[in-house]
Amino acid sequence: MQPILEMRDITKTFPGVKALTNVNLSVMPAEIHAVVGENGAGKSTLMKVLSGVYPDGTFTGKIMFEGKEQKFSAISDSEDIGIIIIHQELALVPLLSIAENLFLGHETAKMGVINWYEAYARTKELLKKVGLNESPDTLITNIGTGKQQLVEIAKALNKKVKLLILDEPTSSLNEKDSDALLELLMEFRAQGISSILITHKLNEVTKVADRITVIRDGSTIDTMDCSDGTVDEDRIIRAMVGRELSDRYPPRHATVGQPVLEVKDWSVYHPHHAERQTIKGVNLTVNAGEVVGIAGLMGAGRTEFAMSLFGRSWGQKITGTVKLHGKEVDVSTIPRAMDAGLAYVTEDRKTYGLVLIDHIKHNITLANLEDVSKRGVIDDIRELQVANGYRRDLAIRSSSVFQKTGNLSGGNQQKVVLSKWLFSGPDVLILDEPTRGIDVGAKYEIYGIINKLAEAGKAVIVISSEMPELLGMSDRIYVMNEGRFVAEMPVAEASQEAIMRAIMRS
Amino acid sequence: MAQATETSRDKIDILHFVKANIRDYALLISLLIIMAYFQYSTNGTLFMPVNMTNIILQNSYIVIMALGMLLIIVAGHIDLSVGSVSGFIGAVAAVFMVQWKMDPILSVVVCLALGALIGALQGFFVAFYRIPAFIVTLAGMLVFKGLALTVLGGASVGPFPKEFQLLSSGYVPDFTTFELFGQPFNVLAMVIGLVVTALIVRANFKERSNQLQHSMAEEPNVIFYGRNILIAIGFLGFSYLMARYRGLPNVLIVMFALIVLFTFITTRTTFGRRIYALGGNEKAAKLSGINTERLILLTFTIMGALAGLAGLIFAARLNVATPKAGLGFELDVIAACFIGGAATTGGVGKVVGAVIGAFIMGVMNNGMSIMGIGIDWQQVIKGVVLMLAVFLDVYYKQKQG
Ligand SMILES: Nc1ncnc2c1ncn2[C@@H]1O[C@H](COP(=O)(O)OP(=O)(O)OP(=O)(O)O)[C@@H](O)[C@H]1O
Ligand SMILES: [Mg+2]
Repeated sequence: MQPILEMRDITKTFPGVKALTNVNLSVMPAEIHAVVGENGAGKSTLMKVLSGVYPDGTFTGKIMFEGKEQKFSAISDSEDIGIIIIHQELALVPLLSIAENLFLGHETAKMGVINWYEAYARTKELLKKVGLNESPDTLITNIGTGKQQLVEIAKALNKKVKLLILDEPTSSLNEKDSDALLELLMEFRAQGISSILITHKLNEVTKVADRITVIRDGSTIDTMDCSDGTVDEDRIIRAMVGRELSDRYPPRHATVGQPVLEVKDWSVYHPHHAERQTIKGVNLTVNAGEVVGIAGLMGAGRTEFAMSLFGRSWGQKITGTVKLHGKEVDVSTIPRAMDAGLAYVTEDRKTYGLVLIDHIKHNITLANLEDVSKRGVIDDIRELQVANGYRRDLAIRSSSVFQKTGNLSGGNQQKVVLSKWLFSGPDVLILDEPTRGIDVGAKYEIYGIINKLAEAGKAVIVISSEMPELLGMSDRIYVMNEGRFVAEMPVAEASQEAIMRAIMRS
Repeated sequence: MAQATETSRDKIDILHFVKANIRDYALLISLLIIMAYFQYSTNGTLFMPVNMTNIILQNSYIVIMALGMLLIIVAGHIDLSVGSVSGFIGAVAAVFMVQWKMDPILSVVVCLALGALIGALQGFFVAFYRIPAFIVTLAGMLVFKGLALTVLGGASVGPFPKEFQLLSSGYVPDFTTFELFGQPFNVLAMVIGLVVTALIVRANFKERSNQLQHSMAEEPNVIFYGRNILIAIGFLGFSYLMARYRGLPNVLIVMFALIVLFTFITTRTTFGRRIYALGGNEKAAKLSGINTERLILLTFTIMGALAGLAGLIFAARLNVATPKAGLGFELDVIAACFIGGAATTGGVGKVVGAVIGAFIMGVMNNGMSIMGIGIDWQQVIKGVVLMLAVFLDVYYKQKQG
């Protein structure tokens, strides 16, 4: 059988960085082909080459699609022949409705007049296909990142797709939605549509992929065939990081002490709908040296809770008390919350975490400029040392600390955000989906950092949709559902089933 | 063999560096080309000492306002009211000094404070009520244009007291009477020029050695030395020209001090850093604990004070406050910032760029006037230059992206 896609000897350089070196990739018809590799390995770059984001001439190598050599000068060229990419960073217009977004640029129009009846009917159909239960009228801003991802996929379905490229589609989805999505890919396969799946969730890879290509440092390391039964997660990890990784969760040697953070009767209302109570009387305690996990489904209110706690950066009519080290503190503005010792690592790093047009160094020190300045004057040398320190400790893959954060790979951007908050020296660190889009090796490093914080007697709150991670990292887990904490369990008693049971029961 | 690869690598580095900083070089080179062109087409009038002094005097208020405008644009906003505000402050100054016979120094202080207050008021609506700066300052533009008329009663008021005129028409007095080629030569101007050049070059070298020590020097040697030599030639040549006429104008000192101050603010202080972060991503800045509202309020306040200062300088220069003063200044000021590389989306821009941008506009104004090009065509040409500058900016960014 002829491959539907062949990429040969692809080499792509950015000023100062060689992102891809002679990469080869071939995809068969009706195949799910996984592309895996560490953060910054070059996966997204390869897909951007394939989809014409980087037009012909800005890289070297050959792209063969359905037996013909292709030279794309724009994304629309690749879309025209059926290659559709869904990028790591979503590209939806927030203030337009789902239906409008779906048909943006592909309106079912007659002489420029859009037939909205038809568009709505079609939208409903597509939404059903991706398992999204929302009205086509709903504005994109009013649905969470998880649902937005599904809209993106529906949007791709709306075009005549032969090869679907998904760059970390499930990183913002919960398990149930991820499963549904993977089912979808398998359905496509049955219909003869090929997919390229980029993901850091290796269990997904072993579940659905027919073949796996591993990329490390911009080169193809291996293409594995899953049908021969020798492929397992360990083998993939070995190829990805180039060494053995025996344990997914590093051991922690922290002693749990006195309460550091105590939140009582925390209630929050929706910022735009004053009558809608989003957080309903939450009580939470985190002790020194303890890692507390918050589990819950998408939309349970975990991010909203964390943000409302962090200087009231979300919601209105907020009531409740916050104690740090036993003393009641004022956390009513972000600077005050930070002074009290809180830090919050956002779930959405592009919108809320980074100044993308600025470089790594400036981003790392942004939340704590006081510590690299005297009387308002920045000490360049000290700032550089701080930034270089974090770049080394967290292994931020970059040409130097002067690389723009907008040019970093997704996982490395996350490390920059994390560095920023580590440098602010918090007593309580709230991490919202800290390992979203992060490779196994880097996850291990981040877990190590969390452990170090706990060992230093800090309190850590981890919000995560990856239950294995919560179970592996937390000492204690709160389960949240519809704005309430519905269960609290020490990790010894916790399991995925127990958590799901708690959610269902509530 | 090793030698050869070494030099070829150096060459690539230089090329690479120039490419990465193409915007900065293009700007400086444009200014040099424009100056060379007008020097040629005005038969050498452009670089005559008297004309150079004139260019400084004519553009000082634009440059001064461009400094504040840069902060505002970097923060992601705009101020359309600066022309009207400067006109209004000039009018108030005239009322104070000419009609009420108030002490000039006191008048200046009150006027600057009034300018700051106006800026703060506009900034207040932008920062705390999130009304787009475009709207707030458009309203401000109308209000203060009207108020200037009211204050002056529709007529011109002047002349100003002698001390006040010194602000614009005064020169720093020399300590000797020296002659060169049979004409008076201002030694002090030359000495100050030398000292300033030495200080700048020394600061550059100090920074360079710091960078080398921490291996963060990105600029190739050739370019670094070339840049310093150019700076030295520029500054010394300029002070020589000043010295050949009447020495250093007082406004030049004020302007230069402000340029240094604002360069320092934008590159070295936490305040400056936060403005760039605010313009680069307001949400991220806010979540990093930056009091964005206060920052916006502060930038507008600074802009107001600078607009006030510019109004005073302009009034002192004309020696009369007219209802027409300040008309259209905002356009030159905003154009200077964008020609100088500031991004319309905020978060990007340099003080040096804005200053060079202002002088590109200034030299063109001056050169075209000498050539006798009518005001109509001057506008057309300036508009085209602005468009071209921003177009090239966007074009290169897309190419790099
Ligand atoms: N526009 C750019 N300019 C400079 N360097 C870039 C640019 N885009 C990507 N890079 C660099 O190219 C390399 C590969 O990045 P890429 O985004 O392809 O990684 P990735 O494998 O998708 O990683 P992740 O899993 O974190 O998303 C990284 O080192 C990144 O810093
Ligand atoms: Mg990627």
